[in-house]
Amino acid sequence: MIVLLIVIPASAGIVAFFVESDRLRRILLLSTAIVQTALSLATWMVSPAPALTGWLAEDALGRLIETLTSILFLAACFYAVAYLREERRQTHSDFEEGFLFSNAREASFTACLLFFLAAMTLVAVSQQLALLWVAVEATTLASAPLIYFHRHHRSLEAAWKYLLICSVGIALALLGIFFLVVAASNPDGSSVPLMVQNLRSNAHHLNAPWFKAAFVLLLVGFGTKMGLAPFHTWLPDAHSEAPSVASALLSGALLNCAFLGILRAQEISVAGGLAAFSDKLLLVFGLVSMGVAAAFISGQTDYKRMLAYSSVEHMGILAVGVGLGGAAVFGAVLHVINHALTKAMLFLVAGNLLAVYRTKNSAEVSGALSVLPVSGVLWLVGLFAITGSPPFGPFLSEFTILKAALDHGQIFVAIVYLTLLAVIMAAMAAPALAMAQGTPGAHVAALPARALALSVVPAILGIAVLVMGIYVPPVLTRALREAAHVLG
Amino acid sequence: MIQLINSILVLLVLTGFMLLSSSRLSACIRAIAIQGVLLGVLAISMQDGQLSAAGVLFPLSSAVVKGFVLPWLLFRAMREADTVREIEPLISYNLSIIAGAAALGVSLWLGHRLQLSPQPRSSLLVPAAFFTSLVGMIVIASRRKALTQVLGYLALENGVYAFGSAVALRLPILVELGILLDVFVGVFVMGIAIFHISREFDHIDTDKLEALADRLS
Amino acid sequence: MLSGSILPLILAAVLAPLMQAVITRTKSVMAGRLGQPLLQPYRDLWKLLRKGAVYSSTTTWIFQMGPPVGLASVLVALALIPFGGLPALSAFSGDFVLIAYLMAVGRFFTVVAALDTGSSFEGMGASREVTFSALAEPALFLGLAALVRQTGHLSLSPVLASVSTATWMHAAPILSLTLAGLIIVFLAENARIPVDDPTTHLELTMIHEVMVLDHSGPDFAMIQYGAALKMWLFAAIIIGVAVPWRLGNRWIDLGAALGGMLVLGIATGVIESSMARLRLLRVPQLLLVAIVLSALALAL
Repeated sequence: MIVLLIVIPASAGIVAFFVESDRLRRILLLSTAIVQTALSLATWMVSPAPALTGWLAEDALGRLIETLTSILFLAACFYAVAYLREERRQTHSDFEEGFLFSNAREASFTACLLFFLAAMTLVAVSQQLALLWVAVEATTLASAPLIYFHRHHRSLEAAWKYLLICSVGIALALLGIFFLVVAASNPDGSSVPLMVQNLRSNAHHLNAPWFKAAFVLLLVGFGTKMGLAPFHTWLPDAHSEAPSVASALLSGALLNCAFLGILRAQEISVAGGLAAFSDKLLLVFGLVSMGVAAAFISGQTDYKRMLAYSSVEHMGILAVGVGLGGAAVFGAVLHVINHALTKAMLFLVAGNLLAVYRTKNSAEVSGALSVLPVSGVLWLVGLFAITGSPPFGPFLSEFTILKAALDHGQIFVAIVYLTLLAVIMAAMAAPALAMAQGTPGAHVAALPARALALSVVPAILGIAVLVMGIYVPPVLTRALREAAHVLG
Repeated sequence: MIQLINSILVLLVLTGFMLLSSSRLSACIRAIAIQGVLLGVLAISMQDGQLSAAGVLFPLSSAVVKGFVLPWLLFRAMREADTVREIEPLISYNLSIIAGAAALGVSLWLGHRLQLSPQPRSSLLVPAAFFTSLVGMIVIASRRKALTQVLGYLALENGVYAFGSAVALRLPILVELGILLDVFVGVFVMGIAIFHISREFDHIDTDKLEALADRLS
Repeated sequence: MLSGSILPLILAAVLAPLMQAVITRTKSVMAGRLGQPLLQPYRDLWKLLRKGAVYSSTTTWIFQMGPPVGLASVLVALALIPFGGLPALSAFSGDFVLIAYLMAVGRFFTVVAALDTGSSFEGMGASREVTFSALAEPALFLGLAALVRQTGHLSLSPVLASVSTATWMHAAPILSLTLAGLIIVFLAENARIPVDDPTTHLELTMIHEVMVLDHSGPDFAMIQYGAALKMWLFAAIIIGVAVPWRLGNRWIDLGAALGGMLVLGIATGVIESSMARLRLLRVPQLLLVAIVLSALALAL
């Protein structure tokens, strides 16, 4: 069954590339997403058998991320179908500079979306580290064309930076994986297979200096893909120039998959007793990411870039959570879910705002609540959620991390964490509130009524975020606890 | 056998210097091509005479892809981008050669410090691998043209792959094929991107791509 | 001190102009011409010796001292070079350092003599020459140091005598890197293409030619002869590394070495005919590459 999870989107992608009819292609996209989500939910009830001699298997962490990815993809697909329908009808003139541009072929966009899903699923279910690496690189290659959907120079620049920086980072991660093999080899020269399970059980035999070097390289490599500062430079460009559907998936699903690479390394580190070293590194990079995000969100005039920097901030929070250990890890894994849902919703809403107001400058947007009732409300909801106020989901997870920091006596970390969260909330609230309130300009038209999905999908995600803030289902809590257990 | 390995490694280091000091794009692409072939030969000679079908076939296909197919793609990209064939680096060639010499020194020192057990056959294996990766990173950081950044990325991957050969890694065939496929598709996609960049901007100088920069406020 | 054989010095003194003739002949043949007869350099030297010298009124005794000092330094340096398995006339620990500095003394006096004329033309040539020699010298030293490290002797004669086929089998990469570095130094120090064109007389492109422009008559003969000897010196070191057969029989070894010199001369002619001269800006890069190659040979 696991193999199906990968083969179905991949083959759908190949088929979608050749389908001529738009309607058929969109039906293919939707049905693949539905089937994928159904299969993912089924794995919660019936544990799937490992495939490829154990290379593909779902452990707790993998299952969480895989299901999250499928659900987000489903939401994005419903939105995408309406979005693509709208994009078809318009002539495209650039909002910022006024030139005319064209879009990429819808067939290639759809095909890349499906390949992207297949690659992300492969990352989540891969238990062999080298295969995980191949999958992460595949996600980079599948998502670069998505960024270049609107064919103009800014998105091309963003796509090029993304492609090059992430590929270089991933190459360093490969070196890290090779170092890991050296660290894990037995003194007689035979090597332990690169499976997470084997490495964990042999972890006490690990050659410490080699493992530390390996961890650093893996953190740098996968951290580049994940958006940790100071390797995040591609993130604001890529996430702001891509169409909102792609941004939602990139921020919501892809960053988690990159984080999974770091988490696998952390699993081994914890099993080998070297957690003190890896925790420190994670804390440093996490706090630096939050700081950089705070610095760049203040005074940010482009609201999509603001959301992108917010992603950097939340990746920092995730790293801090895992670095603290103990209960904070539970909070971090919960935060993966909360952030993904919230950020996806925010990017989809931003897409609506962009379509209606035809500008990316937050100063020029006002009165969203009156023009776009649903999206306007969701924008405010998203703002409060992403900056961590109750009663939304991210509050719970961020609070868990903070509490664990105080419990562990990491007062300095807790103070910096709290300060940066406050700074970011202040910096984001001002422009975002101004965007929602006030009176809209005269030229602004509402969203077309036929594109219902454009409002409904983010609304559903928003409800999910609210629910996660009030009530975490026990099955989810169990799964989170199981996942957090191996991570310390 | 060890003499063959040493000679291959010295040639690998020389291609690194060739990459750093050539002023012509085609010379740089050829340097990467030679690197690809050398790595394939290295992988075969590291097997110490115990040649299996997989053991020969895979390095051979890797050498073919990295030595002929990828350079062909890059030459095509160069021709279609219709770019000036000179490199125009951000630091002078002399400085690049000196940086390469410094990288060589660092790699030799690192190779000395990182003790592998069992000891690799040649003391030059690990330093040559590190050197190739460092050269790749120097090229990415100090060259303007998008095409040379792709070459730097390939050199980085070659260095990592050489390190894998150095520690006599026995990765499963599926994984090795996956890595090769990734590199191939990566370069393919980058080549297409370069073509689009040249069409959009009339040049492929990446340091002129600064429309999206952020200023700290 | 004078414990070795005088034969290398005699061979050098007699055969050096012949090597220049071989190079010139190779270039002519490759260009499709018949070329000069092989004894032409000797005839040229004889002609120059019988001419009178003309000295500019702006020069002093330094100008007249340049050529003799240059010739003398090369001859003394040649006394330290072994050839074909025969030890040099004098050999002691660290003599390769003395060789390099003797060349430096010769170069210094040539440069000073050129500057003494007071012409900016010679000054330009002097500055170029000194720059390139400054870069070539580390390459030479590092290459020789690599050889010393490889063979374990500190004097040039034992070093070159112990480079045998066994050494090549054992340390081929090191020796080939050293050889590559030394060949680039050979081309640079002897003002050969691709570093300098020995037949050019255009201001933009001259390096070595400029400095000797003002000398005439016997002085010029000394300079030409000194240049030939210098080329033989570097070539002898290269052949010492590149021709590893030490079969024990004097005559065979000597014959092999002489054959090697012939091959090197032809090879230089071929290189000169098939390459263009490098832009002046690129010559330092070439020399840097030579330094790096020699350093790599030393580090391995």
